[in-house]
Amino acid sequence: MISIRNIVKQYADHKALDNVSIEVEKGTVFGLLGPNGAGKTSLIRIINQITAPDSGEILLNGQKLNKNHIEQIGYLPEERGLYKKMEIGEQILYLAQLKGLSMAEAKTRARYWFKKLEIQDWWNKKIEELSKGMQQKAQFVATVIHNPDLLILDEPFSGFDPVNAEIIKNEILELNRNGATVIFSTHRMESVEELCHSIALLNKSKKILDGKVKNIRNAYRNGTYNIEYEGNKLNADARLPFKILSESEADGTHQMTINIVDGTKVNDVLQYILPLVSITKLEEKIPTMNEIFIQKVSKEDAR
Amino acid sequence: MNKILLIVQREYLSRVKKKAFLVLTLLVPVMFIAMISLIAFITIKQNDFGEVKKVAVIDESGKFINKLRSTKNLEYTYKTTGYGVNKSSFIKEGYDYLLYITDTINEVQLLGEKKAGIMTSSKIEDELTAVISSQRLAAAGIDSGVLAKAQKAVKVSAMQVTANGIKDAHAKAAYGIGYLCAFLIYLSLLIYGSQVMRGVIEEKVSRVVEVIISSVKPFQLMLGKIIGIGLVGLTQFFLWIVISISLYTAVLPLIMKEFGNKTEMVNGMPDKMKASQVLAESPSGDNEFVTLIQDIGGMKIAFTLGCFLFYFLFGYLLYSAIFAAVGSAVDNETETQQFVFPITMPLIFTFMLAQTFIINNPDSNLAIWMSMIPFTAPIAMMIRIPFGVPMPQIALSMVFMVLGFLFTTWAAGRIYRVGILMYGKKASYKEMAKWFMYRD
Repeated sequence: MISIRNIVKQYADHKALDNVSIEVEKGTVFGLLGPNGAGKTSLIRIINQITAPDSGEILLNGQKLNKNHIEQIGYLPEERGLYKKMEIGEQILYLAQLKGLSMAEAKTRARYWFKKLEIQDWWNKKIEELSKGMQQKAQFVATVIHNPDLLILDEPFSGFDPVNAEIIKNEILELNRNGATVIFSTHRMESVEELCHSIALLNKSKKILDGKVKNIRNAYRNGTYNIEYEGNKLNADARLPFKILSESEADGTHQMTINIVDGTKVNDVLQYILPLVSITKLEEKIPTMNEIFIQKVSKEDAR
Repeated sequence: MNKILLIVQREYLSRVKKKAFLVLTLLVPVMFIAMISLIAFITIKQNDFGEVKKVAVIDESGKFINKLRSTKNLEYTYKTTGYGVNKSSFIKEGYDYLLYITDTINEVQLLGEKKAGIMTSSKIEDELTAVISSQRLAAAGIDSGVLAKAQKAVKVSAMQVTANGIKDAHAKAAYGIGYLCAFLIYLSLLIYGSQVMRGVIEEKVSRVVEVIISSVKPFQLMLGKIIGIGLVGLTQFFLWIVISISLYTAVLPLIMKEFGNKTEMVNGMPDKMKASQVLAESPSGDNEFVTLIQDIGGMKIAFTLGCFLFYFLFGYLLYSAIFAAVGSAVDNETETQQFVFPITMPLIFTFMLAQTFIINNPDSNLAIWMSMIPFTAPIAMMIRIPFGVPMPQIALSMVFMVLGFLFTTWAAGRIYRVGILMYGKKASYKEMAKWFMYRD
């Protein structure tokens, strides 16, 4: 869907993007991650043609990005904002027309979305008269009203309460199911595992990691398992085929986190401990995106 | 292009639909007319309003006794007692002022509990002067009939020599029209220019700007805003003119008719004051007003109006582009001060110079230069046009205006496109210069 190739963006006193290349497949949900100031918003602004890169290019469906693509892109900026003194219905129609919709078309779709998000009663209200959540919903409508193929959402869930965040999340997923490609930036990792197929991690204006979420997490497996068992406590023994990282006990149930030594398998572990205790639970502890994020970023920063 | 039209439409409608616009549009002409009417009313009726001031006269010279004519507002009573005696007692006797004249007339004092108003003191002054000068002329042996002839006022008619013969130069009307046009341009450039600036700041502060420039180029947004607000200005002007004219024709004659018959009393006023009341007096048939109207008619109204619209429009476009750039550079309105002052400097400077120098020397080199430089031309040229400006000069000035507009809009656009996305950075001239240099 979109190929970002060797983008460099230099501001007067710092480099915002340093040779960043990212591929986003059609129909996926793509997470653009990174700590504050990593260059996410700069990249998003370049994709939206708000600013232009110093070098590098962006292809949309194989075509060099140009002004005609504006109508295919829906953009929700991190800093939300609409005209405070303008009625929201009128405002949405205005923004929709700027995206190339006809007045009639804009009206039909605006009514549809207002009804769907249950804000139809506020059509004639000014933005400043609405609650924050209502404003966010209106802004979301402005982003999606022209039925874009590509949705670019900068921190989409910030400013929403949990209920409305859930509503918006479901709307995003539905749009994705209906064929829209979604790129969203966030530094909240919980939403990443839940939503994203692929991610790219930016830090200090460089891309330091990208790929499918599943593959990344697998690549970061380090043989750590959680085991719960009942019976006598296992004694540390030189013959143990694993290293115990931590253990605890509550109501006769023992819990331990172990690290398998290179070359051994889970089955070897089971074989060793099965005769000694009764196992109630065993699970592999795959690092969460959050852990990978912190690990990767702090490692980069230490350099 | 279509998108600029959408932006223009929004900027225009969102302002015209505001109650404040409607109120201002209706109120300004009404207030203007009301003010004129009130001034006219008070001027005409002032003899009725003003109380009669009693003036005790102690004349040690003896030259003025029974010579000062009492008017409706002033009543002279002559005292023969000395100055020292009456100094404090004249108030108790019910007099407002004590007019004390020394025997050599070197010193004349007007004493009162309250300081006498300009009207009163200048009336007395004129009266004294008239008495003393006619006495001295008579003493010099000049017959009073000769005197009356000698005092006939002379009116100078400025004539303009053109290819078609000698024409009336309408200097007085030119003065008025030029000043009015320059004043309107000065005022509206400031008003609508700062409206553009505020509009830009509003978009930046509310962060809506990022949504919009993901759809249109920053330059389109800036231009759309400038054009939209410019149209609001034109609409307001148009409505003001229409409303003022209809109110003027409907209301003013009524007032004048009502109080017109009182006008003869105005003639009792000192000459100094009379000049300023020419307009108010006019319906009673004062021919100075009639000549003024004829003068205005004599000038090419359509041409002047056309020039006015041109200089308003391009002056506005030029300045509002700079105002837009300033608006984009700051985070809130209070930060604008340091930038607004240098922008308005040439306007204020020209306007001040216009009232004094240009209007009296419309063909001086300085005036010609100022009417060529795009930043000063709208005001300077409008002052000059009613006096007659050679066609090539107007054409050249207009070309410069258009070029100036294109240049400032281009330059402002370069600052604007970066500025609107910059938050939290303290704007400075250096910073703006940097933005200007950014590649796209």
